Amino acid sequence: MANIMNSLYNMRLLDDLARQETVIHKLHPLMKLLTTVSYLTVVVSFGRYEIGGLLPLLLYPVIVFTLAELPVKPILLRILLVSPFIIGIGILNPFFDHQVYLLGGREISRGWITFLSILLKSGLTVTAALLLIATTGMDRLAGALRMLKIPRIFVLQLLLTYRYISVLMEEVARTLRAYSLRAPRQKGVHRSAWGSLAGQLILRTFDRAQRIYEAMCLRGFTGEYHTGGFKEIRVWDLSYFIGWVFFFAVARMYNIPMLIGSLITGVIR
Amino acid sequence: MHMADALISPLVGGTMWVATAGVAAYSIKKIQSEMDEKKIPLMGVMGAFIFASQMINFTIPATGSSGHIGGGLLLAILLGPYAGFLTIASVLTIQALFFADGGLLALGSNVFNMGFFSCFIAYPLIYKGFMGRGYTTKRIFFASILAAIIGLQMGAFGVVLETLFSGKTELPFGTFVLLMQPIHLAIGAVEGLVTAAVVTYIWNARPEILEGAASGRALSNVSIKKVAAGLIAITLITGVGLSWFASSNPDGLEWAMIKTAGTAELEAPDGLHQQLSDLQTKTAFLPDYSFKTPEDETELGAGEEEEAWPAISGGTSTSGIVGGGLTLALAVLVGVGISSLKRRKYGANS
Repeated sequence: MANIMNSLYNMRLLDDLARQETVIHKLHPLMKLLTTVSYLTVVVSFGRYEIGGLLPLLLYPVIVFTLAELPVKPILLRILLVSPFIIGIGILNPFFDHQVYLLGGREISRGWITFLSILLKSGLTVTAALLLIATTGMDRLAGALRMLKIPRIFVLQLLLTYRYISVLMEEVARTLRAYSLRAPRQKGVHRSAWGSLAGQLILRTFDRAQRIYEAMCLRGFTGEYHTGGFKEIRVWDLSYFIGWVFFFAVARMYNIPMLIGSLITGVIR
Repeated sequence: MHMADALISPLVGGTMWVATAGVAAYSIKKIQSEMDEKKIPLMGVMGAFIFASQMINFTIPATGSSGHIGGGLLLAILLGPYAGFLTIASVLTIQALFFADGGLLALGSNVFNMGFFSCFIAYPLIYKGFMGRGYTTKRIFFASILAAIIGLQMGAFGVVLETLFSGKTELPFGTFVLLMQPIHLAIGAVEGLVTAAVVTYIWNARPEILEGAASGRALSNVSIKKVAAGLIAITLITGVGLSWFASSNPDGLEWAMIKTAGTAELEAPDGLHQQLSDLQTKTAFLPDYSFKTPEDETELGAGEEEEAWPAISGGTSTSGIVGGGLTLALAVLVGVGISSLKRRKYGANS
């Protein structure tokens, strides 16, 4: 139950954040989507022993976070919530790769390096996806998908699913609350109620879909979903995208921390 | 069972995206040709239902633990395979965006693992096979369990293969399989039991819902063959095409290469690599510094060889650490700088 309320809260938080009007929010959704995809591709394309080369890519989330005036804490919390699975898979690396490597006079097993690399990549990719939705919102993102020629049925369906998640989550929460009041000190739904509890919900969902469809028809639905006009892509939107892609490419080709480091340590010598 | 972006390589992610897009396009075409638009709201609301129902904990008898359902098979049974597949795809898309469950690059793999196997393999071949002779409680029970288990086993195996081909973890194939398959046997059994209970309930209460999904609109034998053949073709073409394209950057293929060639390192080719290392020679600040030695050059130079374990000297590792620290500090500084500038601007405005 707490789980459902958390999820609802999370979706509403991201919705609210997406309604702000900052430089980043005002950018064209398609350009933001493409920037995010390029970022993810670059992050993921780094090899498994790479840590240093990934660090400059931190600049992207940092800049978007600050320019979009997003609260750091709730989003970081989400990232931490995703970590257990990644840690679960990655933590096995040190067990399978024992080869030792000297770093600053200390012995570190190669498995730990790959583990760290996975953790870093996971943090960066998760942040990038959340930043996209927190600065764009579902409706504008759906508009961008239409511009990419994603079929209407799918986009319409995606928006409907999104719209009704909160409604159905509240319904599930009510049902579970009613059930738990009648079945105290029980961890989950008892086997005898599996079919009837979930089945009732499904039947109600079918009826709801019927009502929604009728309501849509009364408002003139003919299989088309109107998202409103698309914003035009301005030069500024395009340069935002190109600027980032250029930076990602440079960060991918050159190990920037190594260059900075060698400059500094060389000078000190 | 969600694959994460961090565990997938662009090659594997891209290939699976193309495969999933192919199946989705085919499903959309099928739906458009034979569907009343009434099903669109139903798909949307059922997607929302699956999303919400994943939060219901079903107590597993005699174990004291509880599990939840994925819903792929249930959707296929209630909506038919095409609408079911598209619905699962939109549920996973929203999970990736809002809950960071699985990532955007891994979305193709996730939809394929959780949608394709249950909607296009387990449902038509197993579930419908059982139900061909009419619904009975017993048949629903066996068909659901078997279909759910097989669908999830295939999905889990998909995760194993995609992860290994991506080459991001050190997990050996055998260990990974032994880790994934038994867990998903249990998960599949629970999924099957819950699905059976729900389908039985609906069969008793509103049999027309199941008949609607199963009649006419379901898969004929011809179309499943078409889907499979088309899919294999798409996957092969993109896989081979993309790997040819990516062969100068053997990221995802590294695993396969170690197996076949015994090394993850490619001979440095001419062309791009040469140009890059020339460029790098020019940009090296301190000509006599340690990373100018040949074996370190590869480590600094471009992406091509970074999968090879770099031969790092003490000097480069120190400068790596110093540089890494400075990069981090720089990123933080940029963030603090921008927000303080913004604050000052706000202060001036108000």
